[in-house]
Amino acid sequence: MIRNDVTITPELVAEHGLKPDEYQRILDLIGREPTLTELGIFSAMWNEHCSYKSSKKWLRTLPTTGERVICGPGENAGVVDIGDGQAIIFKMESHNHPSYIEPHQGAATGVGGILRDVFTMGARPIAALNALRFGEPGHPRTRHIVSGVVAGVGGYGNSFGVPTVGGEVNFDPSYNGNCLVNAFAAGLADTDKIFYSQAKGVGLPIVYLGSKTGRDGIHGATMASAEFDHDTEEKRPTVQIGDPFSEKLLLEACLELMASGAVIAIQDMGAAGLTCSAVEMGAKGDLGVELDLDKVPCREDGMTAYEMMLSESQERMLMVLDPTREKDAEAIFTKWGLDFAVIGFTTDDLRFRVKRHGEVMADLPIKELGDQAPEYDRPWIATAKPQALAIANVPAPEDIAATLVEMLALPDMCSRRWVWEQYDNLIQGNTAIGPGGDAAVIRIGNGPKALAFTLDVTPRYCQADPVEGGKQAVAECWRNLTAVGAEPLAITDNLNFGNPEKPEIMGQFVGCIQGIGEACRALDFPVVSGNVSLYNETNGKGILPTPAIGAVGLLPDVTARATIAFKAEGEAIMLIGETKGHLGQSIYLRDILGRREEGSPPPVDLATERRNGDFIRQEIRVGNVTAVHDLSDGGLFVALAEMAMAGRIGATIGVSEALPAHAWGFGEDQARYLVTLPEAQLGHFLARAGQAGVPARFLGLTGGEQLTLGKASPISLERLRMAHEGWLPAYMAQAHEV
Amino acid sequence: MKSAVVVFPGSNRERDMLYALAHITGVKPIAVWHTETTLPDVDLVVLPGGFSYGDYLRTGAIAARANIMADVARKAKAGTRVLGVCNGFQILCEAGLLPGVLMRNAQLKFVCREVLLEVANAKTAFTSKYQEGQIWRCPVAHGDGNYFASPEDLARLEGEGQVALRYAPGHNPNGSLNDIAGIINTHGNVFGMMPHPENMIEPLNGATDGRALFESVLEAVA
Repeated sequence: MIRNDVTITPELVAEHGLKPDEYQRILDLIGREPTLTELGIFSAMWNEHCSYKSSKKWLRTLPTTGERVICGPGENAGVVDIGDGQAIIFKMESHNHPSYIEPHQGAATGVGGILRDVFTMGARPIAALNALRFGEPGHPRTRHIVSGVVAGVGGYGNSFGVPTVGGEVNFDPSYNGNCLVNAFAAGLADTDKIFYSQAKGVGLPIVYLGSKTGRDGIHGATMASAEFDHDTEEKRPTVQIGDPFSEKLLLEACLELMASGAVIAIQDMGAAGLTCSAVEMGAKGDLGVELDLDKVPCREDGMTAYEMMLSESQERMLMVLDPTREKDAEAIFTKWGLDFAVIGFTTDDLRFRVKRHGEVMADLPIKELGDQAPEYDRPWIATAKPQALAIANVPAPEDIAATLVEMLALPDMCSRRWVWEQYDNLIQGNTAIGPGGDAAVIRIGNGPKALAFTLDVTPRYCQADPVEGGKQAVAECWRNLTAVGAEPLAITDNLNFGNPEKPEIMGQFVGCIQGIGEACRALDFPVVSGNVSLYNETNGKGILPTPAIGAVGLLPDVTARATIAFKAEGEAIMLIGETKGHLGQSIYLRDILGRREEGSPPPVDLATERRNGDFIRQEIRVGNVTAVHDLSDGGLFVALAEMAMAGRIGATIGVSEALPAHAWGFGEDQARYLVTLPEAQLGHFLARAGQAGVPARFLGLTGGEQLTLGKASPISLERLRMAHEGWLPAYMAQAHEV
Repeated sequence: MKSAVVVFPGSNRERDMLYALAHITGVKPIAVWHTETTLPDVDLVVLPGGFSYGDYLRTGAIAARANIMADVARKAKAGTRVLGVCNGFQILCEAGLLPGVLMRNAQLKFVCREVLLEVANAKTAFTSKYQEGQIWRCPVAHGDGNYFASPEDLARLEGEGQVALRYAPGHNPNGSLNDIAGIINTHGNVFGMMPHPENMIEPLNGATDGRALFESVLEAVA
């Protein structure tokens, strides 16, 4: 019988984030009162962050298989076959709550965690991206959070040595008290050298590797499963501290150890640290695990079993090693100056047993810890379908040209150069397209193949219509990859929502999942990994539903890639896809007219997406087009301006006679692209588009140093550039609020 | 040309450098772990970029005292060419093989961008394949690249033509004194620079302007 020093009171149960019925479930499961250490272990395993108890039911509806999928959700990251014996391993994960409390360390450890997920599986990270969402620019904390998060992301990735090549930055009042930091990482591995977390074999040593264990991050995952209130500041000690230097050493040591053949199973210590990693390894392998905590390398004296089991100290790994190779393994870790300790072994009794000072502190059924976590079918209310907004109800601006300049300088539309110049986006020497394009492109080794990466979601669309918004997020990622010439392979999803116990919020979640699933099925674009972040609320107010999608595509030849920049004067500019002038939920409506949350988002027709995208991709691959840009926020005029600024070449285009200029130019209809090509090729191009059933329309020619939109007064590229590049640096240069 | 690249814990552009050297010289360079005490017999020793020892204490300060550095100093004295890029430049300064120090960037932020460099002295073993005054494209990626030296050191560097590379007007990304991007020692065999020529060597990089730097050394040791 285990000695129980601490009486488990209802208050203590509540402090561990467990509901009374969940505690009853624990009592039923183990048939006695748990020890404090056991209660801590349950709280770590059964919180929303680790157990997916509110989301599991719906996540199961997503398509997760495909010809190229080697490993779908459930492991540290998803694995997709890219041919020639290689695989791309990737995932996206949130670090929202820690980043709000301590922006620099919160964001840094978010990056560290996702990198570890990738190299735990045997992959060397080749790209990092991140989707960042901040409160409104005028909120007193926003600047401080932007500054800290960007420095944290950069500080970790730069030192670790992975190029950070893209992502998203948005501002919205719904993130005022709850920023979003969604970190994506991808790595390359050989398909026959992929490592999993499933332990195999009884009586094998369980080895602890990496940094020492301290008291940081205790209850981090439990915190991430709760709403914020005015006491949020007091939660600072639950934020982990990152050390990219240790992580870099851990990467090199792990890859060297894996190459030596000594590793049987491996799991990184992320959320809920030692508890989660040990339980997962054992449970997946149908094995028990016994740990002797006296052997765990500690940074501080006198740590209790409870503290050690819940610490989220960073840069740590757990492995099951081939016992005959233990000495070789130790030599590799000693070379890299990292701690190495055998802290336990696998058993055949399916118990999770933890000892401290010779005494059993926890003895729990290992399968039930993970598998029998509560699972909820939470009540939900579908979001009411919004009314479509007629063009006639959206006034035209007085001056189209001035409005375009204004739009390019909006917080959500301006250049993110200030952000990505703080990220090393060139290291490893394979960056073919860095930040600022539709998707980043990274060459694989010496080529000729390459991979494309993008992150996308439009939260205001998801808020208005979760199903269409979910579809749109997937479709836009698919389009981004297509626009650089890549074949879209698979996605990872990072689902950020408010409190799932509220039926309206749960309805947003269900709707978005439905839309994501629909789009993934239609586009053969499976979900191979992901993460759910709920309870993104402060003082009862939820964030915009933000199901961020990270997507990966493959280019057979890196030299046949497209970029957004105009390449030469006198080239034909073509608009691909149908333009109806959809202004509902547009940037024009929200930010120029100040009409938030009005109308329906642009509908997504997945068959059209596919038809138009397949045509564009083919045109890129055979070299028929010189520049390509997909149309999204801000519509046609914004995309055109971005292409002109990137290429430092102007353009003159005619405008539609059928639609008012503002609807035609700022509407956000989907499945559209702008491309350029030599004017002499125009006839052939139109013929091919016609054959493919793809609407294509000649707009005008590139050239000069200004942008001329129909009868509007010409705008100099310099003026566009000043507006576009100016806002973010000027905003960040303002004095911090004290 | 035989070359060696020294790897410290936290080095992270050593793979870029190994690739560039193999690509340009046609000979596979040797990676040397910092705990070694002797460098192999090579024509060029490179200290690559990265965050050796996590940039703890000061950038390059701990690496400058690594085992291998005694032999780097010996080889440098004996006339072997030594190239330090980014963190490698910081280490060379900390080791006393080059004058001056690299401080935190003036804007206090890491900066990764392509800049224009101007060749201030094309007579060195590391710049001879460029023209004097030539402007070339090269990326920078650092948080501590703000070159500083005492007025005496600076006067000597300028007077002796030891400033080999400058950031072109308007391109100084870090506040370096006199727009200094790269310097050479008085013997003309130890060269340090903050920008990354190893990331500007093939069409994928957008330009191949960095190749001439390696080709200069190749010619010098031939």
